[in-house]
Formats: sequence, structure tokens, C-alpha cells
Amino acid sequence: MDFTIASILTLDGVTNGAIYALLALATVLVFAVTRVIFIPQGEFVAYGALTLALLQLGQVPGTVWLLLVMAVVASVLDAVAGLRRGLPAAAVATGALKSLAFPVAVCAVAWWAAPRQLPLLFQSLLTLAIVTPLGPLVYRLAYEKLADATVLVLLIVSVGTHFALTGLGLVFFGAEGFRNPSFWDSRFTAGPLTLTGQTLIIFMVSIALIVALYLFFERTLRGKALRATAVNRLGARLMGISTSGAGQLSFGLAAFMGALSGLLIGPTTTMFYDSGFLIGLKGFVAAIFGALASYPAAALGAVFVGLIESFGSFWASAFKEVIVFTLIIPVLLWRSFQHGHHDEEE
Amino acid sequence: MKMMRRNVLIAFVLLVAALPLLPVPEFWITQANYIGLYSLVAIGLVLLTGVAGLTSFGQAAFVGMGAYTAAYLTLTHGVSPWLTIWVGLAFTFGAALLLGWVTLRMSGHFLPLATIAWGLSLYYLLGNIDALGKYDGLLGIPAIEFFGISLNTGRSFYYLLWLLVLLAAFGAIRLLDSRTGRALRAVKGGTTMAEAMGVNTFRLKVTAFVLAALLACVSGWLFAHFQRTVNPSPFGLNKGIEYLFMAVIGGVGHVWGAIVGATVVKVLEEQLQDWLPRLMGTSGNYEIIVFGILLVLVLQYARDGIWAFVEARFPKPQRAVDWGDAPALPHREQPPKGEVVLDVDQARKEFGGLVAVNDVSFQVRAGQILGLIGPNGAGKSTTFNLVTGVLPATRGKVLLRGQPIQSLPSREIAARGVARTFQHVKMIPTMTVLENVALGAHLRGASGVASAVLRLDRAEEKRLLREAQRQLERIGMADRMHELAGNLALGPQRLMEIARALAADPMLLLLDEPAAGLRLKEKQALADVLRQLRSEGMAILLVEHDMDLVMGLVDRVVVMEFGTKLIEGTPEEVQASPAVRAAYLGTEH
Repeated sequence: MDFTIASILTLDGVTNGAIYALLALATVLVFAVTRVIFIPQGEFVAYGALTLALLQLGQVPGTVWLLLVMAVVASVLDAVAGLRRGLPAAAVATGALKSLAFPVAVCAVAWWAAPRQLPLLFQSLLTLAIVTPLGPLVYRLAYEKLADATVLVLLIVSVGTHFALTGLGLVFFGAEGFRNPSFWDSRFTAGPLTLTGQTLIIFMVSIALIVALYLFFERTLRGKALRATAVNRLGARLMGISTSGAGQLSFGLAAFMGALSGLLIGPTTTMFYDSGFLIGLKGFVAAIFGALASYPAAALGAVFVGLIESFGSFWASAFKEVIVFTLIIPVLLWRSFQHGHHDEEE
Repeated sequence: MKMMRRNVLIAFVLLVAALPLLPVPEFWITQANYIGLYSLVAIGLVLLTGVAGLTSFGQAAFVGMGAYTAAYLTLTHGVSPWLTIWVGLAFTFGAALLLGWVTLRMSGHFLPLATIAWGLSLYYLLGNIDALGKYDGLLGIPAIEFFGISLNTGRSFYYLLWLLVLLAAFGAIRLLDSRTGRALRAVKGGTTMAEAMGVNTFRLKVTAFVLAALLACVSGWLFAHFQRTVNPSPFGLNKGIEYLFMAVIGGVGHVWGAIVGATVVKVLEEQLQDWLPRLMGTSGNYEIIVFGILLVLVLQYARDGIWAFVEARFPKPQRAVDWGDAPALPHREQPPKGEVVLDVDQARKEFGGLVAVNDVSFQVRAGQILGLIGPNGAGKSTTFNLVTGVLPATRGKVLLRGQPIQSLPSREIAARGVARTFQHVKMIPTMTVLENVALGAHLRGASGVASAVLRLDRAEEKRLLREAQRQLERIGMADRMHELAGNLALGPQRLMEIARALAADPMLLLLDEPAAGLRLKEKQALADVLRQLRSEGMAILLVEHDMDLVMGLVDRVVVMEFGTKLIEGTPEEVQASPAVRAAYLGTEH
């Protein structure tokens, strides 16, 4: 290996690492706020990339119908719960309409816009608008009822959700792979390296999002409310923070970051309905660097995972995944000696 | 009712034995064989998830280890299957030990995460090794020969398989009804209580994980010789998740639930694979949508699975009392009355900048009750945790009969004769009162997994249960020993905890608010028991808010406030102290 190859591999690793960093941050966020180990994170990546791919083909993606169905089920469940609690029917109805308004509007726009093949940027925004609300809906339908269950039960729920979303991905997108067009086709050369516009976009968007997240948590009331919920759920509740609202918000952010990662990664690799899972898990391995608790450690871990992956695929391409996922063992070993006994009581 | 349950069980075993003899279609036998293979794995998961409160998504990978070891060794080296099984078990043992050892020191969710990575890694590894045929796998594995009989048909293979399934099921049931089984269940609710009973929780968790992995490996060995071909796909992560699904849907806390779950999932899978592609118009593994949604719904609405409904109809029979003539357990030699048993010397605990216990010193003597009182937040419970090894002291010494114990883990302190109760009752609600108390005597027994499965532990088990009953009689709860602990009111739960502490035969008894939630009569009975223990020479440290009880019972009182020892003296001296009044009632200005 010479310097040229090494620098190309490094660039490649850091680029993928930037995506894994987004996913790792979302993983840490969701775990901190809801104690959910969010395995289905990767499905949002696939949904993001493939929803855009179908919009490119001028089709209405199945995720639109999923959004509509989930929103309706959630509203019906809400309405039933409201009526049981003895709320007046009119209040229940307006509540249901309110929570249905956004999903229905998004679906209508998607249905109208899909055959018209509008510009890529518009389709990307539409994709985000379709996939992001799936996050809070997944929280409400799968997790909310079990919000006080153990981490273990929530983890099993996550795995069930992952199963369902992957299977639905197959229904929506079929077994074929898609590669999205690049957002920016320019190329720049810097010594031995060729930077594509897409690479630059990945870096810029990742950094911008990390900064935005930082500002959100440091400067806004909602961000602080999320942090408070992460530190102490009961305490946050006593301060008037809705833990359910916090859960939905964190899932919404996770879905948004997942879909965005999907948009970013879509032009650089061929995406299949189940590709998201492995990508999400790499974000997970990165999050474990920070024991699912530290944002900076998770981000650094993500870059490290990206580098291991790119160098691993150079030396032993068939064993790329084996290398990345076996990495978790020494990392866990290192964490367990650093932190010693962590225990949670039920 | 008891007969009923037994009859159902006998009927089930007979049905299993007779199935291949009946003129059922070959397809049924094949299905039953798959169900048996899955059941073996699911039984392991019941031990791991339902009992020990851990979980693994990587069981399919252990199945793969067993299958590939068998396939490779028989095909390329002509090794007999009866030898390859041991090689497979050895590999699996090593892999599970490593995974468990690395992850189980940390919170419970790191093990399942590691098993996800492990499941994925092994899948890609198997699919990329030339010697293992890459993704095509290995073909033409010979059938198992059993004393010259080739088990090459579904029906002949069925017998070996289901014999092993039933052995595994009865072995697991025996294990659960033993000293180790009780300790395993104690691990589920968090480690503090189990460690206080002297259980090495880390070791036990690793044991549970290794056992589950070994069962999966046996299933894999059978799988290779049943299918006669192996490839990586049945050992991927999805299958690992499916195994967990079987355990959850059947009832993750029940051994028979594993078989029910395996049956339901296999039959359902068959139907869905038949119907869904027709519905969708294309082929694909659409059944995972239904499985995923079902898994979430089961957890939301019927977390105990299908077997819980069976259990409700045919409740477990009351344990037969067969330990009446068992010899008593050996008794610890108690220190002479008046000797200093516990010496807390300048103990200090800081949480960051907060000094929770500020250089506190006191002594407890044999045959003496020391009351530790103080307003809420005075540091009493933290002091308790320093003495019992739940928290490490920042500074200072804790001596038990002159030996330093401040740096020892809870279980070693327990082994030296310190027993405790908890401010918030920590018990296993799904075990009977008797079993909960027997957990207290954990350190007075020695039998492990193997002797439980082989039932070589029965003599010791009787002695442990006899001791548990004796302590319940002492505390006045013998008539409730067969009730589920979770059905007790708070008062009796606290009394049960005291009986559990006494079952450890301690020289020092630490009681954290034992009278909270007790009725007057129960309090009086408790005071009588404590007086009797004192007269027998036990040293007792009592944290309590009920002043009537404390002042009428204890020999000396230590008063704490804001982490500092305020005063120590006889009850009369303390009651007369203006400083104590100020601490409790505030000062007049």
C-alpha cells in the first residue's frame, strides 16, 4: 500500500464515518431519552434512499401509504383511549383530525408530485417529510405502551419493529437495488485525492447537523427538555415535561437523521430494501464506543468504524463485515474494564 | 388438580413417543423434527431470557457452529458424529464464554448487542471460507448411526431428536427447581439482592449464557445430520431473532412454553410462506412482517406468552413437604456475647461533592441491638450500603470481628456472616415464600448445575428447604410458605426478607426499616423475634423510623444527621438530648 491508496481509503472511510456518525448520534439520543436500543434506525436510511429512488421514477412510494396507515391507526387508538377516558366526542374528533392533518397533507403532496418528476431537491425534501413522521408514529404504536418496561423488553420490541419494517421495505421497494443520482456532480482534485461533490455534501451536511443538534440541546427549551428526560424521566415529568412527547421528538429526530443519511449515501452505493440494517448497525458499533451515552465518543467511534471498514475492504474485502462487527468485542472489553460494574435495577 | 397436571404431562410424553408409529404423513414427521430442533434452542433461551433476564439474538450462530463443526469433520476427516458433537460443544463453550465474559460485566443490554454483531460476523465468516463451501455450504453429510441403526429417515431421526428435547426440557425444569435455579432467578431482578445472598452473579450469568449456547449447538449438530447439508442462511441473524420470537410467544418464563412457541412459529411460518407470496404476487420472506408485528403485540398485550394461559388453567401443584426428617444445616459458631462484631471506623462516602457519610464511627457487639436513626437523608442507608459492600467507602475502615471488609464485594461479606434486608423489598415475586427464603441459605449449600440436572442435590436441597421452613416458623409465617411471594402484602414481605436473612445463619443482621408497613401486632411479633435473636448472641444493626419500636428494643442508639454522627447513647440519653430534638423537630428561634 502506498500513500495514494492510503489517502484514498482514508477519505473513503471518513466519508462513510460521517454518515455512521449521524446514525450513532441518533442511537445515543434515542437510548438516552427513551432507553430504547433502536435497532430499526437503519430502516429509515433505506426508506430515505429508496423513497427518493421511487420518486425519481415518478412512482408514489409505498412509504406514503405506510405513513397514512400508521397515522390512522394511531389516531384511532388515541380516539378510543380518549372516549374511554370520557372526553367529549368533539374534542376527540378534533384531536384525531389534528394528528392526521400533517400525514394526510404529505400524502396528498406526494401523490400529486410523484408523476410530475419535480426537481431533485424538492423530491429530497418530500422524502424527508414522508419518512420523518414515521419515527414518532413507530414510537407511539410500538413503544409507548411499554415505556416503563425493562431495556431488555424494549430491545426485543426493537427487533420486532426491525423485522416488520424490513419486510415492509421489501413490499414497497421490491428486491432490486437502486442508486440515486448525485446531488452535485463536480469533481475536485487535491494531490492524489479526487473529491466528488457528493463527498463534500456528505461532510457539510453531517457537520451542519451535528452543530444544529448541539445548538438544539444547548440553546432551546425543547432540547433542554430532552436532556432533562435523559437524565431523569420521573424528575422531568414532575417538571411538566411530557415523557411521551420527548420520546416522540427523539424518534422523530432519529427518523430524520436516518432518512437524511439515506439521501446522502444513496448516490454513493446501491441501496436494497435491507441495506439499511447493516449501515444502521455500524452506527451502533460506533455508539457503543461511547457506551450508548457519550455523543463525542460515538462520533469519533463512527469515524473509526468507517476507517476500519475501508481499510478492511482493501485488505480482505470478503471479510469486511466480519472485521467491522467483530470489532465490537475488543471495544466492549475496553469499555467494561474502563467502567467496571454498571448495573441497572428493575 | 395435581394429578391433572401430571396426567397431561404423561399424555404429552406418550404422544411424542407414539407419533412416528401412527400413520401420519411424512410431512408431519418432518415438521415435528424441525419443531424439535427449534425447541432445543428455545429452551436455552428460556433459561437465559425468561429466568436470568438476559437475552441473545445470536443463538442461530451457535446452532451454526454445531452444524458446521459436524458437517466439516464428518465430510473431510470422516470423524464419527458421536465425536463431532463434543468438538462442536467445545468450540461453542469457548465462544460463548468469551462473549459472556466480555459483555456481562456491563449492563444487561450489551450482551444482546454483542450477540447481534456475533450473529452477523459468523454468518459472513461461514459464507466466505472456501473450506466451508462459501455460501453454497457443505453437501452430503452422512446420517447418524445409533448402534448400527442408521437414523437416515425422518421417523428414526425423530426418536433421537425428541429424546434429547425431552431430556433438555426436564433438565431445565430440574435446574430451575434447585439452589442454582433460585439464584438464576434472583439475577433477573438486578444483582444487588442476589449478591447480598452470596451469589456470584457475573459467574452465574455467564453460566446461563453458556448453557443456552450449548443447547443451541446440540440443535445444530442434529440439524446437520437431519438436513444432510448446511449453508449459512439458517444461521443468520434473522433466524436468531426468530428463535427469540419462539421463546417469547410461547412464554419466556416457562420451559414448556419453548416447545409451544417453536410449534406455533413453525406452523405459522409454513402457512405464511404459503399464503403471503400469493397475496403479494411475488415471492419473498414477507412472513417477517407478521412475525415482527406479532412480537410487538405479544409484548404489549400478553407478555407471558401462550404458556401463561395454560399455567392459569393447570396451576403448579403445591410443593410436597418431604424434608421433615432432613438433618439441620451446620450452624455458624457465634462470637461470644459482648465481643465487637462490627466496627465502623471513620467511614466516609462522597458522591462527587456531596458527603453522604462523613467519617462515621460506631460498633455493634454480639448480643446487642444497635439502632441507627436520623431524619430522611441522614445517610443511614448509605452507611448500610458501605457495611454490606454495595458501595465502596471513599475512606475509612469497616471491620468484621477485626477483619477489614470495606473493599470486599457484597457476596464475600455475606459469606463472612453478614445478612441484610432491604429498605425497598427485593424478592422474586414469581417464587414461593419458601423458595425466596431458601435463597437466603444459598451459601450454606454447594450443589451446582450438573448436580441439579442429575438430581444429586436432593439431600442438600431438603436441608435447605427445611432451614427455610424453620426460619419462616420462627418469624410466624410458616402457614404462608407455599404462597407466591408477589401475592404478599408489604408487611409479610418484609418479614419474609428477615426470614431470608436469618436463613443465611448470620452473626450480624442488618435490618433496613423492617417495621415500615407492618401492623401493630406484626411489629410486636417482630420485636419479640429480635429480642430472641439478641438473647442467642446475634449482633443486630437496626435502621428504623418507628421510635416506639426502636426505643423499646435497642441497647444503644446512634443518631445521624446530614451524614454526620450526632450522638450515641442509650435510648434514654438520646431521647433527652436537645440536639436530637433539634435534628428531628427543628430549633426554636
